[in-house]
Amino acid sequence: MSLEVLGISVLWVFLYGYLIIASIDFGAGFFAYYARITKREHIMSKLISRYLSPVWEVTNVFFVFFFVGLIGFFPDTAYYLGTALLLPGSVAIILLSIRGAFYAFGNYGVSNNTFFLFLYGATGLLIPASLSTALTISEGGFLEETENGVQFLAGELFTSFYSWSVVLLAIVSVLYISASFLTFYAHRAEDVDSRQIMRKFSLFWSAPTILASFLVFLSLQQHNPEHFEKALDLWWMFGLSFIFFLIATILVYMKKNYGIAFIAVMLQFFFAFFGYGASHLPYIVYPYVTITGSVVNETMGTALVVVFIAGLLLLIPSLFLLMRLFLFDADYVKGKK
Amino acid sequence: MELDSVMLSRILTASTLMFHAIFATIGVGIPIFIMIAEFLGIKRKDADLLVLARRWARGYTITVAVGVVTGTAIGLQLSLLWPSFMQLAGQVIALPLFMETFAFFFEAIFLGIYLYTWDRFKNRWYHWLLTIPVVIGSTLSAFFITSVNAFMNFPQGFDLVDGETVNIEPLAAMFNPATWPKVFHVVMSSYMTAAFILAAIAAFAILRKNGSDYHKKALRITMIAGLVFASGTALAGDLSAKYLAEYQPEKLAAAEWHFETETNADLILFGTIDEEGVVSNELRIPGMLSFLSGNSFDTEVIGLNEFPEEEQPPLWIHYAFDIMVGIGMFSLLISGAFIFLMLFKRFNEWNKPLLWSIVASGPLAMVAIECGWVLAEVGRQPWIMRGFMTVEEGATTSGDVGIALVMFILLYIVLAVFCVTVLTKMFKNRPPEAEVEKRYPNGIKE
Repeated sequence: MSLEVLGISVLWVFLYGYLIIASIDFGAGFFAYYARITKREHIMSKLISRYLSPVWEVTNVFFVFFFVGLIGFFPDTAYYLGTALLLPGSVAIILLSIRGAFYAFGNYGVSNNTFFLFLYGATGLLIPASLSTALTISEGGFLEETENGVQFLAGELFTSFYSWSVVLLAIVSVLYISASFLTFYAHRAEDVDSRQIMRKFSLFWSAPTILASFLVFLSLQQHNPEHFEKALDLWWMFGLSFIFFLIATILVYMKKNYGIAFIAVMLQFFFAFFGYGASHLPYIVYPYVTITGSVVNETMGTALVVVFIAGLLLLIPSLFLLMRLFLFDADYVKGKK
Repeated sequence: MELDSVMLSRILTASTLMFHAIFATIGVGIPIFIMIAEFLGIKRKDADLLVLARRWARGYTITVAVGVVTGTAIGLQLSLLWPSFMQLAGQVIALPLFMETFAFFFEAIFLGIYLYTWDRFKNRWYHWLLTIPVVIGSTLSAFFITSVNAFMNFPQGFDLVDGETVNIEPLAAMFNPATWPKVFHVVMSSYMTAAFILAAIAAFAILRKNGSDYHKKALRITMIAGLVFASGTALAGDLSAKYLAEYQPEKLAAAEWHFETETNADLILFGTIDEEGVVSNELRIPGMLSFLSGNSFDTEVIGLNEFPEEEQPPLWIHYAFDIMVGIGMFSLLISGAFIFLMLFKRFNEWNKPLLWSIVASGPLAMVAIECGWVLAEVGRQPWIMRGFMTVEEGATTSGDVGIALVMFILLYIVLAVFCVTVLTKMFKNRPPEAEVEKRYPNGIKE
């Protein structure tokens, strides 16, 4: 495997990891706020905070890891995306900052502050919307290279059908992934009331997720036909994604095997996300940056790969410990610890 | 001053860094004190010290959260505001940036575990063990990021041929001559600042309430550590001066108002400078600059005259230098005085003037940190990557920096206000004595 393919694969795996964990986190924020305003808080928020409290910083690191790695492996992206994303990127950072900080303020500091919880819930939906613009911009059509450097065409982005369909998909996916996970977590905690609510949510958001995905496909055909054609070549990946969606939905509907249902949701997004990513290649930013044209020099690339492997050897046991203590420790999940 | 996108990018980066520096310094420094307090608490079976560790850790999580989000901001802003710089530097110095994420990841995981497992282990030492990866992770983060900053000051480990970087040696870039003195300085001064901030809190509580044992124990720990780390910082400052004299003489010369290359050079403290470059009201220590540069009065110290005018850093960094060194000396003095009085029983180390000085030393230590970073960053001007790329060449061409600047300034104001409010609420009307009573009503048992 060449360095650039290895690099982009590793980064894509991390972005996928972020997609899942952050979706759970973002959606949970929304559900926590929803529970507060519908006065069902005593049921759900305990569950949500037991899961979230120990892991929120870890979520953030996945994101940082992705963009630091992207710039490390493909320094040219810093130039193009850096210039283009100044505004949408700044908005995303500010939302992430508000969310992270107010989560900590609310959770470790003053409790029961509805305003903090509102910020936390609202930003949970706005962040995926603003982050998704980076993927939209990478499809081309929103950048112009002039002699003064790269210019970002903000007007185009705001009036693009494609751009809005991606935003829609990002938001509904967040709610769907999160609800599926929390259904499973509530089931583990033997918290029947929460499970019922979360199960309804996960069924409620399943159809919009698939509809939004089709919408993105349709608009991609107009926006970037080349990418659309390549995506069709990988039809089987999107087919698998759809099959796993059906498995997940049926299991949840039949109130069976919530754990397997959540794994099916993860696989549904895995195949869709990798199908999308693979058909996006060789471009990182269409049509300016390709993986072959922008890859870092070989010495640095090799060094990054070595560090990456060493880092994983350190992190996997640590993450395992974290999960064992919080996510899979039955007593902890049930609130006995 | 023209507010073009270069200037706006500089202002935004400076705002983010100066805000982040506060929380990053606390983030690197505090874990070691949590570690010490819990260690002594378990060893001496002292409930006060265990509650002290818990309360420090609780306050720490709030500052860590702000540190994490502002750290994410500066990480992204490097690419958003300085895209050309990152495109070039990414080829050579991506390695430590990448490693920093791992170090931080490691710290975040164990901090999460630490905070939520206070009473989950039967053997308390297991819980204490969790502080080790937190201390290692936060200190390693400081090391990696500082090595990137060192690279900007002394870029090496590559050759530039027709604008392309070739012959890249990632380790040589990471371990450049600036790395060790800078890392040592950053880590020591972070530990030192954490010591004085925690000491200031304890001293303030003693002054307000005539002091319980809880606060007195906290003050003893932080003052002893404060003296150790302040001495370490002074040593690190000395090493930094020697590094500058050898490798980056224009920064030293601008900070010291040293205009002509000479041996037996005077050290200028304080003073003012006018438009013609005439220094007045200064305190001159004959030959001291030479001595600091190379341990001998005969050391030749390169003056600003050797550099073309457009490559000279601004001379006002001398004031930042004076403030930093002045506060460092003040901290050494008061921590030394406290320990001297403590060792000789017939004196009273709890006297009011000394306690008030300690209260002042906390915020002052943070002022010194800010001045140190201003000195380090402004002293590198006009370069973003010394000798290879100027700040102007590295900046974004986007016209939207102004809007971003306004949004971020508002963000930092909001974060600062809420951070202070939340920390105050957290500890106000919740005295530690009551917490000791509640958590350990029967003292510490095995």
